Amino acid sequence: MSEIANRVKKIIVDKLGVDESEVTPEASFTNDLGADSLDTVELIMEFEKEFNISIPDEQAETITTVGQAVAYLEEHVK
Amino acid sequence: MNLPYKRVVITGLGALTPLGNTIPTFWDGLINGVAGADFIKQFDVTKFKTKFACELKGFNPEDYFERKEARKLDRFSQLALVAADEAVKHSGLLDSDVDKDRVGVIWGSGIGGMITFIEEMKNFNSGDGTPRFNPFFIPKLILDIAPGHISMKYGFRGPNFATVSACASSTNAIIDALNYIRMGKADAIICGGSEAVVTEAGIGGFNAMKALSERNDDPKTASRPFDLDRDGFVLGEGSGALVMEEYEHAKRRGANIIIEVAGGGLSADAYHLTAPHPEGLGAYNVMRSALADAGMVPEDIDYINVHGTSTPLGDISEIAAIQRVFGEHAYNLNISSTKSMTGHLLGAAGAIEAIASILAATNDIIPPTINHFTDDPSFDPRLNFTFHKAQKKTVRAALSNTFGFGGHNASVIFKKYSE
Repeated sequence: MSEIANRVKKIIVDKLGVDESEVTPEASFTNDLGADSLDTVELIMEFEKEFNISIPDEQAETITTVGQAVAYLEEHVK
Repeated sequence: MNLPYKRVVITGLGALTPLGNTIPTFWDGLINGVAGADFIKQFDVTKFKTKFACELKGFNPEDYFERKEARKLDRFSQLALVAADEAVKHSGLLDSDVDKDRVGVIWGSGIGGMITFIEEMKNFNSGDGTPRFNPFFIPKLILDIAPGHISMKYGFRGPNFATVSACASSTNAIIDALNYIRMGKADAIICGGSEAVVTEAGIGGFNAMKALSERNDDPKTASRPFDLDRDGFVLGEGSGALVMEEYEHAKRRGANIIIEVAGGGLSADAYHLTAPHPEGLGAYNVMRSALADAGMVPEDIDYINVHGTSTPLGDISEIAAIQRVFGEHAYNLNISSTKSMTGHLLGAAGAIEAIASILAATNDIIPPTINHFTDDPSFDPRLNFTFHKAQKKTVRAALSNTFGFGGHNASVIFKKYSE
């Protein structure tokens, strides 16, 4: 697993209070990890803070799974 | 209209206070005259004029909430949920077949999520001006979120809102609950209040008003209502909850009826932002209106749990009002300020003092006014302030006063239950 994927997993475990084993690439924040709409916004903010980037709202709306988050960050984090 | 008014009783109590984190430990502290004040642990007090408060003892949110859940709750909501849970369990409401559409929550707080506000603004101010507010900021901050959380936890879908009248807030909640149930708008209402502002802004703000005691050399005796050397109130934090229920509803489900809520009164001083009316006009009016609402006369009251915050002016005007309302009977009844022990819980004061009044009446024990050293000649020596130690006394009915900055006054009367 990439370093980015590890840091993403850590944030998700911390904010959603889920077990590490549940944080699979396919896992959906809302359907599988129990996040509500506010949790999802908070996750995006935490990614922005952790990786020091800004994720535009229209992009953020397309990030609904762990894998999508990792892919987006791997592409955009320098 | 459903006339006449229905009777309202109390079937559950919960408390999270500087004296104890449950009803039995709170009562134990009250009748043993325990002082709840100590040096503040929640922030660095080095530069503050007042360095002490009545904080909770050994309250760890993670004993009650999952970490994920606790993070989304301001401390005042955490305290609300803990006290409400004790009261709900005590009432047995969830074990009965109740119509949850007819169970409400009415909750008071003076300020709401101040800790959340401070944290978010610190965060914003330390950044470059980019607004990165947490999506939970507003729903943690707003005062009405406490009754919202309580309703969501139990699925209580009846009337639900918050009351705000500074230090009278939770007495307003109790009186609103009384009236809604009386009018048949709900079968039961969880009411009470919570406050958690032992923060830099809370202490600094009240210090700026010269409202707080600055007796840093002896915090435990700083809250000394009616003492000549009282120098302000001691800030407290905590929560109190009461399950109020329509009498026939409580009887039908075989609930343990603790006491009857006889009536409540409301008034305003219409005088000053923070100073009480010098002759206690608002206090006089509110006790008169509570008695009238309860259909009682002054001689029916055996105990007054006073607002008595230990401020130089407030204590005097309240006692002047009591003497005017109760006349000669003022000498027969017991008066005490449990704030001498708990400190001033602001928006939660009404709830925990209502509970102190209820327990006084059900146990026939008056909790004391501790920290009395020197008589103040402003007070009539024939009055019984229950100084130093608890006293045994048959309490047919108890009245609890609360007065808030802004000139809001609320009084509620509880009377021993009999069929």
